[in-house]
Amino acid sequence: MKINKFFMGGALILAGVVYLIASSTQANAEYFMTVDELIADGDNAYGKSLRLSGAVIGDTVQYDPETLTLTFEIAHVTGDNKEIERQGGLALVLFQAVNDPTRQRVKIQYVGPKPDLLRSEAQAIVTGKLNEDGVFIAEELLLKCPTRYDEAVPEQAASN
Amino acid sequence: MIAEFGFGILVVSLIVTVYSGIAAVYGVLNKSAGLVESARRAQLLTFPLLTLSSIVLIYLLTNNRFEVSFVYEVTSRSMPTYLQVTAWWGGQAGSLLFWSWLLAVFTSAVTLRKWDRDIEFLPWVIVVSAITLAFFLGMIVFFENPFTRFWLVDGNVVPSMFAPSATATVFTPQDGQGLNPLLRHPGMIIHPPMLYLGFVAYVVPFAFAIAALITGRTDDRWTRITRRWSLWAWLFLTLGLVLGGRWAYDVLGWGGYWGWDPVEIAAFMPWLTGTALLHSTMIQEKRGMLKHWNMILVILTYALVVFGTFLTRSGVLSSVHSFANSPIGPFFMGFVTLTLVSSIALLIKRWPELQSENEMKSMLSREALFLLNNLLFMSILVICFWGVIYPLISELFTGQKVTVGPPYYERATGPLFAGLLFLMAVAPLSAWGHSTLQTLGRAIWKSTLAAAVVTIFLTITYTQNIYALVGFFLVALVLFTTGHEFWRGASARQKSQGENFFAALTRLMGRNRRRYGGYIIHISMALMAIGILGIEIFQKETQGTLAEGESLNIANYTVTYRELASWNSPGEGVNYTRSVVDIYENGVYLGQLAPRIDYYYDAEQNMTIPGQRSTFRDDLYILLVDWQPVSSIGATFKIYVNPLVNWLWIGSIVFLFGIIFAAWPEKDPAEVSVRRKSARDNRQASAAD
Repeated sequence: MKINKFFMGGALILAGVVYLIASSTQANAEYFMTVDELIADGDNAYGKSLRLSGAVIGDTVQYDPETLTLTFEIAHVTGDNKEIERQGGLALVLFQAVNDPTRQRVKIQYVGPKPDLLRSEAQAIVTGKLNEDGVFIAEELLLKCPTRYDEAVPEQAASN
Repeated sequence: MIAEFGFGILVVSLIVTVYSGIAAVYGVLNKSAGLVESARRAQLLTFPLLTLSSIVLIYLLTNNRFEVSFVYEVTSRSMPTYLQVTAWWGGQAGSLLFWSWLLAVFTSAVTLRKWDRDIEFLPWVIVVSAITLAFFLGMIVFFENPFTRFWLVDGNVVPSMFAPSATATVFTPQDGQGLNPLLRHPGMIIHPPMLYLGFVAYVVPFAFAIAALITGRTDDRWTRITRRWSLWAWLFLTLGLVLGGRWAYDVLGWGGYWGWDPVEIAAFMPWLTGTALLHSTMIQEKRGMLKHWNMILVILTYALVVFGTFLTRSGVLSSVHSFANSPIGPFFMGFVTLTLVSSIALLIKRWPELQSENEMKSMLSREALFLLNNLLFMSILVICFWGVIYPLISELFTGQKVTVGPPYYERATGPLFAGLLFLMAVAPLSAWGHSTLQTLGRAIWKSTLAAAVVTIFLTITYTQNIYALVGFFLVALVLFTTGHEFWRGASARQKSQGENFFAALTRLMGRNRRRYGGYIIHISMALMAIGILGIEIFQKETQGTLAEGESLNIANYTVTYRELASWNSPGEGVNYTRSVVDIYENGVYLGQLAPRIDYYYDAEQNMTIPGQRSTFRDDLYILLVDWQPVSSIGATFKIYVNPLVNWLWIGSIVFLFGIIFAAWPEKDPAEVSVRRKSARDNRQASAAD
């Protein structure tokens, strides 16, 4: 009887936690996608919570300080870290993506302060949804500039 | 030369550490006290050795020795000396050395304690610390050597410890890359060491737990010895988390302090198990129960600490905290797995000896509520862990990488944090062994009534948000029940001892440091909860571009743009752009704030420094986002009002006080009673005269 009482209580809590995890995961899942995958997904992609990554194309960055509206395009970059390593590291992969006109691109729109790290060949990770016009409306914008801090070996020109 | 010296000491430290571990095992197996003593001395030797090695590294950092690749990566000529010193933990190799040095400090302190009654623990404590230290030193010596230099080989620059070929010459860059400007901040100087202090100090309770399992001395001796260690570890871990939040709030410029970033979670997870441990060891000491559970918690904490150290610096998970990929990942995972498996195997072997001495009878007894508290902490841990590994799991099973963001954590953990607040209010009122709804109800109804009155008052005057009201009700309940406990204890003492109220209160608290220190910490958690509720639920924001003299309105505030100036500071390598705004509240002038943007030339990076005005009611937090330099027609601002967030920092100061109060060394009980006895003897002697 005693054991049952505690067992029941524990089982109830466990069930509650499992429910919390399952429902919260369900409600807040964001699908990682690359630009190619997004375009291949076609109409299915509309309205889903997505997390998209790609290389920022510097020439396309536009910022309107009146409305704080930022738009730019990102080019397809593979989502596989091992593949990136194999191709010579993130910095190189991003450089190639930006300078390859055949890569597929997606236009991103974001309202807010212009991030400090936004520049060409940065990796953008945007969270949001695709709208009917094929523009990705980002609620969150993360940027990584790989060239900055993992240049482990200095340029030789720096000496002498 | 000096770099080789530093590296040489590291190698010697590794050898000495390995020796101390092996000597301790042989010593204890062959019952050779001499060998164990030799192991102990070897262990003590690691402290001066690693100190020396660290001094060498600091020397290199502060003398711009950029031929050393670690120095090149984390410092530059334009950095002030104190930042060059703290660059010690600004990169992975240095952090690992810092971690090892702290471990040497702590294990030396432990081996110097008086061991008389616990001498059988000693060799095994040495073994566990030696294994841990040897692992970290091994990582440093073989993979993440902070003394590696650049060499010129056939026109190429190659990093290597020693000359890669006979013709190679040392290559010295003109200047280093410098620390990421975001990290050049006082908060960043103390946040990592605090976190590391917390991490490393948890090795000590783990070492004693393993020693208890190996020797079979499985009573509560190990928890009693390490109680204070756990408290200090917990203190530093909590401070590290809070300081990290404060740094994010002041520097990262997104108006928040906690983003459920995987690395934040990695530091938060050992805090969860550590907090659970703090509570459940009390049950073991008072009631002889939950012994298995405490072992599991201390093992988990240790594993999460190593895991956290690895995550915070490895770049496995994408995060603002990680700066580089590293080859040591698999070794860390291997080490964590190995320690987990072997510790659990030991625990299973001793499982029958760790039976509870008492049976849990009542669902409302103190121990049952403590158990519930542990369940809630573990549930939060599981939620966090699930969130961190979900992308990996989903990719494995569906091929589609799916991630969960902050809303997942907030939604899933929210009810559990509410449950913890409720327990904080109720558990201190329940009795060990047995409580009923009647006894609990009698103890709590007044506080509940008072909290309800506060909640109704808030509903009328402040908010109708149901989540906020539930939160505020629970906070009020914690504050009232805990306050009532202080009052009840002190007034009982006042009656029985005839002291005045304050004397009674201070004596009561002084005699029961752990209990009342714990209550103060509960109060601090409730205060922090006010701040978290405030910013999570009531944060307001607005943004706009203003010409000089124009204003933005938010809440009761009016912000008027006055002027903007931009200038270079060549010595620091920084361009400052500083705006000045006037602040009005309900039309009353309050003063000026100066949000600014610092541009670092060497890093080609902006840092957005907010203008802040903090009160108990809310924070006004203004960011300069953009400006038009030539015509200077306007500047763009983003403005947040963060209600009540100040209580988060106030709570953390109360917390600090509470934990120091709880951990402050008490006089040894035996010594106190002897002194009292002799005082009594003296009195009797003098009365006889």
